[in-house]
Amino acid sequence: MAEAKNVAFWQGNTAMAHGALAAGCNFFGGYPITPSTEIAEVMAEELPKKGGHFMQMEDEIGGIAAAIGASIAGAKALTATSGPGFSLKQENLGLAYIAEIPIVVVDVMRGGPSTGTPTKISQGDVMQARWGTHGDHATICYSPSSVQECYDLAIKAFNNAERFRQPVLILGDEVVGHMREKVVTQDPAKLKLVNRVKPSVKPEEFTPYKPNPATGVPEMAAFGDGYSWHVTGLTTNEWGFPTNDNAEIEKKNLRLLSKVDRARDEIVEFEAESMEGASVVIVAYGSVGRSALRAVRDARKEGIAAGFFRPITLWPFPDKELLKAAQGAKTIIVPELNCGQMVLEVERAFKGHSDVQPLNLVNGELFKPSEILKKIKEVA
Amino acid sequence: MPSPEVMKWVRTRFMPHIWCPGCGHGVIMHSLIRALVSLDADPKSTVVASGIGCSSRMAGYINACTLHSTHGRSLAFATGIKMHKPELTVVNVMGDGDCTAIGGNHFIHACRRNIDITAIVMNNNIYGMTGGQASPTTPFGAFATTTPYGAIDPTFDICKLAEGAGASYVARTTIANPRQAEQFIANGIKNKGFSVIEIVTHCHTQFGRKNNRRLPIENYKFFRENSIPLAVAKEKTPEELAGKIICGEFVTRDKPEYTAQYQKFVIDKAQGKGE
Ligand SMILES: Cc1ncc(C[n+]2csc(CCOP(=O)(O)OP(=O)(O)O)c2C)c(N)n1
Ligand code: SF4
Ligand SMILES: [Mg+2]
Repeated sequence: MAEAKNVAFWQGNTAMAHGALAAGCNFFGGYPITPSTEIAEVMAEELPKKGGHFMQMEDEIGGIAAAIGASIAGAKALTATSGPGFSLKQENLGLAYIAEIPIVVVDVMRGGPSTGTPTKISQGDVMQARWGTHGDHATICYSPSSVQECYDLAIKAFNNAERFRQPVLILGDEVVGHMREKVVTQDPAKLKLVNRVKPSVKPEEFTPYKPNPATGVPEMAAFGDGYSWHVTGLTTNEWGFPTNDNAEIEKKNLRLLSKVDRARDEIVEFEAESMEGASVVIVAYGSVGRSALRAVRDARKEGIAAGFFRPITLWPFPDKELLKAAQGAKTIIVPELNCGQMVLEVERAFKGHSDVQPLNLVNGELFKPSEILKKIKEVA
Repeated sequence: MPSPEVMKWVRTRFMPHIWCPGCGHGVIMHSLIRALVSLDADPKSTVVASGIGCSSRMAGYINACTLHSTHGRSLAFATGIKMHKPELTVVNVMGDGDCTAIGGNHFIHACRRNIDITAIVMNNNIYGMTGGQASPTTPFGAFATTTPYGAIDPTFDICKLAEGAGASYVARTTIANPRQAEQFIANGIKNKGFSVIEIVTHCHTQFGRKNNRRLPIENYKFFRENSIPLAVAKEKTPEELAGKIICGEFVTRDKPEYTAQYQKFVIDKAQGKGE
């Protein structure tokens, strides 16, 4: 291969920032925190080069608020943080869900609770990503396990934020955020980028929360585009007016879920290997997916019928796909760097029809493949 | 009845509003709209952002690009809007609790940056919306549902806070002087930088009922009797000024504005333009 300009050697965090830039991100609002800070640093340098804005705000609450504000004014906006900051962002994240404002939120996971272990890996925030903000909402959450994926998923995250008019999350972790690998970058001119659908009607006729019947997603005007409309965190009717009408409240709440649900099959992503005839299946995500894949390959070499399944979207969770791929598996092992969070989703998928076993590590280290292999041998 | 020019800025579709009859917030809304009319502002390029509280409901009632955000955070949202589209006129309305308690950090940093946003603080010395709890501006000894023995926390002087934090325009008036409120708001919007206009108002429903100012008119009279113009106040001793509301323009200073600074010292530099 010729020395291509489209190959870089990056940290995962750097790759996420460049993926965001390739996706058209032109605003970043945030606050420094290990192990996500490199994302802010790259954005501080790169955004102004293309006329975008980087804002180091007074705290993480302000960081996500500024990002949402910029998006309301038409920007593609990013905020990035880690555990303590992710906790602070939850309230405004909810505003972006209910008011249907596209943004991308990155959480590079470190050990918690609280300040925990800032420089060590964990996967302790996955259920926070699903349920952290109060109230029902549809979560779209990516989990990269390589630097290439950090780049690629950042682009997808922006596209889906724009498509569904809602926040999209990327849950990195300390290992994938800081390790360096080769990345093949995309030519932005050739990328298929999605942009929110602008109003097709005159300003007087604009109904800001009237969904397109085909998608469930309303059109969105930007402040300054000639449309004057109202954005609020209150539950509203289609005109964007606060409502106390039971039918309107229910309609809004259900649509927030159904607009994502109806497109679920187009969003869900996973990677699988050696699933055919597998009697032991490892379900792993993020950096743990790397150790797990190695363990499965080693097990196969030793003649054990092991299979590997890695959700790339943690939500929507690839439950149907997992169930189908793991048909006939006797045991499902879910290694995680927490005390058992995604294992609940896996149990939900199998509804007791397979033996689902957690494998947990919370000492601040990533699993060694041998540790997962040992568990495979125990159950095989 | 407000003039037709004013009514053009009112989202009548949102009516009836939630405010108690006689609430001072309506007087401030009228002053703001008159200021916008006097400046010939365009609703399509005017943003009114707010947080949470009775005061913050104002955003929804104004026919412009409006954002009713989360409690205390509106200035951070408004900062994102203004950065991405500096050409927009951005007004931010807040209550005393919204601005100086939960939102205090965003407030001082917006002042510090001197970003071109006009902040109107509707100070009724109480948390009106949640039923009358003490705020950082509830006076010593005043009764609130959370100060049944009288408030003891020292209060913030919002104008001094804004001045110290770096705002380039700072003024105070009361709802008993709506023409002055209009004038100060217009001056604030004209100022290219962060402007703070504190408008002292009343919550007769929550504050008044516990502090002998139950009727809107009693509050109006109280403001009239206790307001002192800044020029007069300068001649008085601190003892003479105790309990008085000093009204006037405290700060009018030229300072570099943030979006312009970002363009000049960050974007132009990053793009290799400029000197
Ligand atoms: C995070 C959060 N905490 C608390 C509340 C409850 N709350 C709603 S309005 C309000 C106080 C409003 O007081 P102020 O800003 O002075 O406005 P006013 O109602 O007096 O005009 C509070 C505490 C909330 N909405 N959000
Ligand atoms: S409770 Fe107080 S602040 Fe709220 S609308 Fe009534 S009078 Fe106004
Ligand atoms: Mg108040």
